[in-house]
Amino acid sequence: MSGTYLGMPAFPKAAHEAVHNTTLRGNLRHATHTIRAKRAAAVAEVSDWAALRDAGKQIKDHTLRHLDRYLVQLEEAVTAAGGTVHWAADADEANRIVTYLVKATGESEVVKVKSMATQEIGLNEALEAEGIHAYETDLAELIVQLGKDRPSHILVPAIHRNRGEIRDIFAREMGEWGRPAPEGLTDTPAELADAARLHLREKFLRAKVGVSGANFMVAETGTLVVVESEGNGRMCLTLPETLISVVGIEKIVPTWQDLEVFLQTLPRSSTAERMNPYTSTWTGTTAEDGPQTFHLVLIDNGRTDTLADEVGRQALRCIRCSACLNVCPVYERAGGHAYGSVYPGPIGAILSPQLRGTGSEIDASLPYASSLCGACYEVCPVAIDIPEVLVHLRERVVQGGPVTEQGNKVVLKPAKGHAAERAAMRAARWAFSHPGALRTGQRLASRTRRFHPRTLPGPGKAWSASRDLPALPAEPFRDWWQRTNGGRTNDGGTTGGGTTGRGSTGRGSTGGGTTGGRTTGSTNGGKDTGK
Amino acid sequence: MSSRDLILGRVRRALADVPRDDTPYQQAVQRDYLREHGGRSVAETVELLAENLADYRAIVHRCADEELPELLTRLLAGRGSQTVLVPPGLPPYWLKAVDAARVHDRATSTAHELDRVDSVVTACALAIAETGTIVLDGSPDQGRRRITLVPDHHICVVRVPEQVVSSVPQALELLDPTRPLTWISGPSATSDIELDRVEGVHGPRTLEVVLVTGSGG
Ligand code: SF4
Repeated sequence: MSGTYLGMPAFPKAAHEAVHNTTLRGNLRHATHTIRAKRAAAVAEVSDWAALRDAGKQIKDHTLRHLDRYLVQLEEAVTAAGGTVHWAADADEANRIVTYLVKATGESEVVKVKSMATQEIGLNEALEAEGIHAYETDLAELIVQLGKDRPSHILVPAIHRNRGEIRDIFAREMGEWGRPAPEGLTDTPAELADAARLHLREKFLRAKVGVSGANFMVAETGTLVVVESEGNGRMCLTLPETLISVVGIEKIVPTWQDLEVFLQTLPRSSTAERMNPYTSTWTGTTAEDGPQTFHLVLIDNGRTDTLADEVGRQALRCIRCSACLNVCPVYERAGGHAYGSVYPGPIGAILSPQLRGTGSEIDASLPYASSLCGACYEVCPVAIDIPEVLVHLRERVVQGGPVTEQGNKVVLKPAKGHAAERAAMRAARWAFSHPGALRTGQRLASRTRRFHPRTLPGPGKAWSASRDLPALPAEPFRDWWQRTNGGRTNDGGTTGGGTTGRGSTGRGSTGGGTTGGRTTGSTNGGKDTGK
Repeated sequence: MSSRDLILGRVRRALADVPRDDTPYQQAVQRDYLREHGGRSVAETVELLAENLADYRAIVHRCADEELPELLTRLLAGRGSQTVLVPPGLPPYWLKAVDAARVHDRATSTAHELDRVDSVVTACALAIAETGTIVLDGSPDQGRRRITLVPDHHICVVRVPEQVVSSVPQALELLDPTRPLTWISGPSATSDIELDRVEGVHGPRTLEVVLVTGSGG
């Protein structure tokens, strides 16, 4: 139940509604295209990207293959450093633990750092039911919370809102939650950010309990890492007396050194920055500096079931950079809400049905929320083969078969009403076992675009009937990558201010428009990535 | 059964396909990525740090060690700062010419007290040229994490070239994970509203970095 938005229609219906919302589509298009171009430039700046990507994949794969050992090591290290480790098998248990820990402090308010894990388990709602107010402190999450809304993007959760809508939400709602918005608030981003600063500062300064996620946990040292931009993370991690971090068991890396890979790939993949403005690491507690009580709540909530699937387990490598969202033609049209889970876009299409099982209509439909164009795989900094997992999950939906649910092996029945998809599956499977044919097919597809049908035949019909088919990219990413040597050849395809790469002096500024108020290059300003 | 045992049991069953003699960690990860990007002289590395800091909207100054007291005085006066937070181990001569009232970094200070302070001056553990990042590790010349967070103006002094490394891998080698670390790349920023970059939401809205040469203490 946790994580599924109640009353959420299946993907085709939700996508149908989203594509008819022109404001939403406009906002999304602008955002995904902007981030996409900047990211390509930021990645092109490091010449060893492919090696970093391989290392990231290998570290995560190795960790997952020995997860039991690393979890035990982490627990020992955190405990030795003065923290307390709790284990939660599912969302309810995690919520019970956090509620209990907050109540034990005697407080009825907590400040929160953006965290996908706590969204996944529905922590805010669970706390609210027990009379504890959880305040989201990330600017975008604040917008979402005040707007009584759902996040729609991992990195920029309020990407579906424009400045006018945000102004209205602030003016209307801030007073209900604390310090009201200033009189005569305009819709300039600087003024809106300032209103948020004042509103939230009041909460930070009096907060006694902070709740966070983590981007990484280091088994060897017991260190947790949070990567962010605004400083709200630092506020929540250092001002309260008690810190409770809720983290999925897959967020482990074995050693301190491993961070050198992810602290290079995550910022560039997510916000197109060389480095995000703030990274915080902490190991247990430190005398007289920061929270003196630290709890780590490790959550399973479907992760071990995902781990049991030898094809699907690679989804657990995800570092939540959101790069795959920004290149996905389906996400761009449908928006994050259509996926009906906290994990939107291509990663959501493979992660949610694995964490929750494919029992519900929305989860059974998610593996179909893709055009299998492969762009998500190409950008993924840990090389998750999302199309491969999508095909695998489609097969599971259509044909049934053995899966693990809550630790037990069960055999799924084929889904009703999906018989027609079996034929499509067989075709897709053939393509995936013949990679040459797949690549040719994709290239052909983009070259013959104008002959493409407006709706999909067969099983895809119901879905595409409600929307335009996603435009195929003018050139498949794979081809672009090969042609331009990963964007290092300046073909104008990387945009974002003409990346030049590091020259002999080692300098390779992107864009570099740093004189005026706004950069034109690589500094996207960024956000904390989803924990 | 405890949830711990339940989860660890599930993990072990899920990994039934992994052989006992699976490739060990040391061999499982190929680290053929670069330790630093491009060859640079020491001076070029410092130059790159300055450029990348500026690219992320930090205000960069340079001076010789003996000019530092005068420069810090000028920077604080320029902002009209009446009060300045001082970590316990900050070299006293840095602020010898400063008029602003010293506020000491104490465990007992409340967040509201820190919020009334105009500026903070700290040293750093190291700086990373390729990413334009300064790293603080809570040493006595840097103080508690919160003092570089709550005041709106942070001046950080970096000794060059001694404290500058080229890359993230080189930085991690030198940093101590048992200390709480804060990596700072430019001032606080957000792009949450239509992806327009706005500096300063919660952290200091102004970050000034002083690259000081020839420091002996
Ligand atoms: S699947 Fe890959 S690209 Fe997508 S969010 Fe996860 S790490 Fe990033």
